[in-house]
Amino acid sequence: MTEMVIAKKIRKRFGDTEVLHGLDLTVQAGEVVCLIGPSGSGKSTLLRCINHLERPNGGTVTVNGELVGVVRKKSGLTPMRPAQLSKQRTDIGMVFQSFNLFAHKTALENVALAPRLARRESREEAVRRAEKLLAQVGLAAFHNSYPAEMSGGQQQRVAIARALAMLPKVMLFDEPTSALDPELVGEVLDVIRTLARHGMTMIIATHELSFARDVADRVVFMDAGQIVESGPAREVLAQPREERTRAFLSRIL
Amino acid sequence: MQPKLTNPEADRSERVSPVDDDDVITPPGRVRRLLRAQTPAHWAVSAVLVLIGIQMAISVARNSNFQWDVVGDYMFSRPILTGLARTLELTAISAVVGYALGALLAVMNLSGAYLPAAVSRAFVWFFRGTPLLVQLLFWFNLGALYRSISVGVPFGGPTFFSVDSNSVITPFTAAILGLGLNAGAYFSEVVRAGILSIHHGQVEAASALGLSRTQTLRTVIMPQAMRVIIPPGFNEIIGMLKYSSMVSVLAVPELLYTAELIYARTFQTIPMLIVASIWYLILTTILSIVQHYIEKHFGKGFRNPKVSDRAGDRATAYQLEGPPEGERMLGGESGGNR
Repeated sequence: MTEMVIAKKIRKRFGDTEVLHGLDLTVQAGEVVCLIGPSGSGKSTLLRCINHLERPNGGTVTVNGELVGVVRKKSGLTPMRPAQLSKQRTDIGMVFQSFNLFAHKTALENVALAPRLARRESREEAVRRAEKLLAQVGLAAFHNSYPAEMSGGQQQRVAIARALAMLPKVMLFDEPTSALDPELVGEVLDVIRTLARHGMTMIIATHELSFARDVADRVVFMDAGQIVESGPAREVLAQPREERTRAFLSRIL
Repeated sequence: MQPKLTNPEADRSERVSPVDDDDVITPPGRVRRLLRAQTPAHWAVSAVLVLIGIQMAISVARNSNFQWDVVGDYMFSRPILTGLARTLELTAISAVVGYALGALLAVMNLSGAYLPAAVSRAFVWFFRGTPLLVQLLFWFNLGALYRSISVGVPFGGPTFFSVDSNSVITPFTAAILGLGLNAGAYFSEVVRAGILSIHHGQVEAASALGLSRTQTLRTVIMPQAMRVIIPPGFNEIIGMLKYSSMVSVLAVPELLYTAELIYARTFQTIPMLIVASIWYLILTTILSIVQHYIEKHFGKGFRNPKVSDRAGDRATAYQLEGPPEGERMLGGESGGNR
């Protein structure tokens, strides 16, 4: 197995508060890792550091063997040019808690936009793939719907299709179902499950523990900006070694 | 079916603000609804308003001092039409200058780079902070400050070309400079408001997909910002159409100045002012209609808020509506399948 994502000693400060205290995370190609932990434990920030939506104050991220956001020079690591970072980000798909679909574009346009602009695909090619992806997430009938005309679950599925359209090597999910009504959670999780079956490398911050148990190869429990415990899903969720993990699990279950 | 309400007020509210099940309101339907919504008090107020309106119309029509015949004579006269063309030309050019400048200033202001932001703010501070009339006079008298305008390498370098100020600063160029730069200052705030209205998540999503900053600005931010920019933006254009009358102090023969020239000769002051006003009204009406259609274009994908809870009810109903027939999830099975 090869390592797809290596986060090393990631530190992140917001003002005077350090929210990530130098944590390490390695994800193998094809592996599905679920990040669990209380709100404010740094799950989102860690994900956002991986694609450099937040620039870490310390540490490095490597995706598919390439340093993200920085270049190694004789003088040390320096931030890379924005254009270069944009190019790297096409390999890292991200799905947000609040979907963030482009509100002025239809579902099809949402999915076809970035491949045309960032991957320089022709319109026909981008549209053809977008149609296929929308069909895969069960939204073939919604090509011409605007985000405001869709339910949250539908919007999130479009968002997943939009990220997949860039043919990413890894997918990051930032609490993809937290903004959804309970009855809409299932349809989104089903899509993620299918992706897992197809061998997509994924890091998923989630509060859905039963989903984590089903889908994750590994569960990572975070608290207060640190990784407290990490291991196979069933072990961490059923027989946690750490007291803090036990306390969290008993609160949430 | 709507559940039957047991509240005694229910019947009344049903009558006062009836809401049909379908969203589409045809014009006759709108009128019917309006009439149904009337209470005796509404009828009384309406009657008074109609009476006042008729009275005013009669007084305006009957008062010979308005000299409607003179208005009719001059409405389509050659000098007035020429002035009108000048006004349109001034407005159009300054709107383009102002809009381009405003967009640039807004992006500079929000760029996060210190110096461009400071320059943008200083520009807005100055051109918004001094009267347009003063700015116009300043530009017109630029020749008094600088004899010639030269382009070359600064600090004693060679000069590429040099022109006499008074030959460049005609009343018309002074007018364009005054109106355009002033509009730029106001437009920049309008554009900035539009950009600020975009949810940060839109920008993050674009960045995460690998779009460059320019691509994000062009395809994600600006099209959505336009929705917010259009109403106050058209306010500015309509304002500018009328501010262009201020250029009459520079003796630019636009609509108002042409009217002034005519009444200075004929002493038919009131009818000439009416001619000018009617033309301004016609132009602003056309602009308002154009605005309506542009707003519609940029409103795609947005449900405009209605100032009542009915809009909220409808949004909820929409959300809960199930997926259309034939839509099936992939991998319908759920549970431990890995």
